[in-house]
Amino acid sequence: MVVIGAGMIGAACADALARRGMRVAVLDRGPVVGGTTGAGEGNLLVSDKGPGPELELAVESLRLWRELAEDLGPRALEYEPKGGLVVARDRQAFTELQASARLQCLSGVTTVEVPADALGELEPHLAPGLAGGVHYPQDAQVQPALAAAALLRRARDTGRVHLLAATTVTGLSEGRVETDAHGTLLCASVVNAAGTWSGEIAALAGATLPVLPRRGFVLVTEPLPPLVRHKVYAADYVADVASGSADLQSSAVVEGTAAGPVLIGASRERVGFDRGLSVPVLARLAAQAAELFPALREVRVLRAYRGFRPYLPDHLPAIGPDPERPWLFQACGHEGAGIGLAPATARLVAQLLDGEQPFMDPAPFGPGRFGKEQA
Amino acid sequence: MRRGPLDLVRARPETPFEFSFDGEPVTALPGQTVAAALWQAGHLAWRRTRLGDRPRGAFCGMGACYDCLVELDGTPNVRACLAPVRPGALVRTQRGDGHGELR
Ligand SMILES: Cc1cc2nc3c(=O)[nH]c(=O)nc-3n(C[C@H](O)[C@H](O)[C@H](O)COP(=O)(O)OP(=O)(O)OC[C@H]3O[C@@H](n4cnc5c(N)ncnc54)[C@H](O)[C@@H]3O)c2cc1C
Ligand code: FES
Repeated sequence: MVVIGAGMIGAACADALARRGMRVAVLDRGPVVGGTTGAGEGNLLVSDKGPGPELELAVESLRLWRELAEDLGPRALEYEPKGGLVVARDRQAFTELQASARLQCLSGVTTVEVPADALGELEPHLAPGLAGGVHYPQDAQVQPALAAAALLRRARDTGRVHLLAATTVTGLSEGRVETDAHGTLLCASVVNAAGTWSGEIAALAGATLPVLPRRGFVLVTEPLPPLVRHKVYAADYVADVASGSADLQSSAVVEGTAAGPVLIGASRERVGFDRGLSVPVLARLAAQAAELFPALREVRVLRAYRGFRPYLPDHLPAIGPDPERPWLFQACGHEGAGIGLAPATARLVAQLLDGEQPFMDPAPFGPGRFGKEQA
Repeated sequence: MRRGPLDLVRARPETPFEFSFDGEPVTALPGQTVAAALWQAGHLAWRRTRLGDRPRGAFCGMGACYDCLVELDGTPNVRACLAPVRPGALVRTQRGDGHGELR
């Protein structure tokens, strides 16, 4: 087996395949987690997903993350089951939030309604005047770079996994992966886990996959005393995530970290691979965070970082074999949820490769759903 | 004879002034940074670390290491090696992250 990409998805796939006894080479043109995995946050969320296949994948994935944290120890991943708190600014938003929470409940999500006067107990520094919120105890976080490295290490410990960094894939056909640094690798199947660059890998094999970059900025504040206990965001965030527009969407997700800084993320906009720093975007994120937590107004931002989410037009990842090339498995296009969805994605890939009954219907993730003409 | 840096560059500084460090008066020369003035007055530490309550002062002296953070006129996390000191400035030892008010 060849897995292309040593990000979160490639690491989880290599681990899942190796644990089933397969021999795997993991290739990356750069270092481990040099792609989007090393440039984003590690929220593991069910709260931001409406009922449907992505939520089903997320619920299974969060269960698997819990197992991983037990197996590897929470410190190896910086796993923190801190829970999420979604807040509504006014009555109407609260009513809508409650309605969507009730639907999520039916898909296996635990939700706890929090009336306005109880918000302060969960988050003492939250702004006054909010209409209410919903608490999602399943939401958690990991440190993505650490988690991907930990999974790759565990995979290598099976003795069946070879990691080839600084190796660019330059050609792809059935049974053959051409590289610049290690010649041609012969293999039974290929897993395309090249994230935002997966479309290029698919193209090498003559397949089409319309993956586009969706830029996101994250703000990092100076270290603070514990100020924010959960992942806190306003209910409008969900609409931003689901938006198909190329324009800027932003609504701050605010969270504390073990080291002290508060992270404020993340914006979403489709501007190609433009790495330029956008001050208006950063200002908007900061203002939204200060609106939720007024104490942040007096706090300085130390830096901002950015990454490019692998975006597919219907916001669902591509998981499974290419319809015309059964040897080419896609595992990409997870957009802003690739860390959260990695373990369940890997499980699905491994089950499909092994010819086993998958734990959920993979059809909604079918890579063939984008007609050729759309690409 | 021992020569100080001012003699070495043949400086003719303007009139010294005072500022306060943890309530004590300290004398500074116009153009000095907070760190330079504190050092000249014999103070080597003006921050206690977040985790071990250990003393810290200037390390790199050029704005890169953030070891020299201090509270200046009520604002925490100011780099003492970059901030110019002004007459009457209120400099205080920074405790931990300097945001005790948020605790
Ligand atoms: C600001 C921001 C915040 C985010 N926050 C979250 C969050 O809180 N929770 C969450 O779940 N997700 C979040 N994400 C999304 C998450 O980071 C991605 O979905 C995830 O990292 C994708 O992982 P991946 O392994 O598919 O891709 P990547 O990590 O990008 O890995 C792909 C790898 O493929 C390699 N590659 C590409 N082309 C080739 C080639 N030709 N040959 C060899 N190797 C190649 C690249 O070098 C790269 O290392 C965020 C993203 C951003 C930008
Ligand atoms: S001494 Fe290093 S930043 Fe001031």
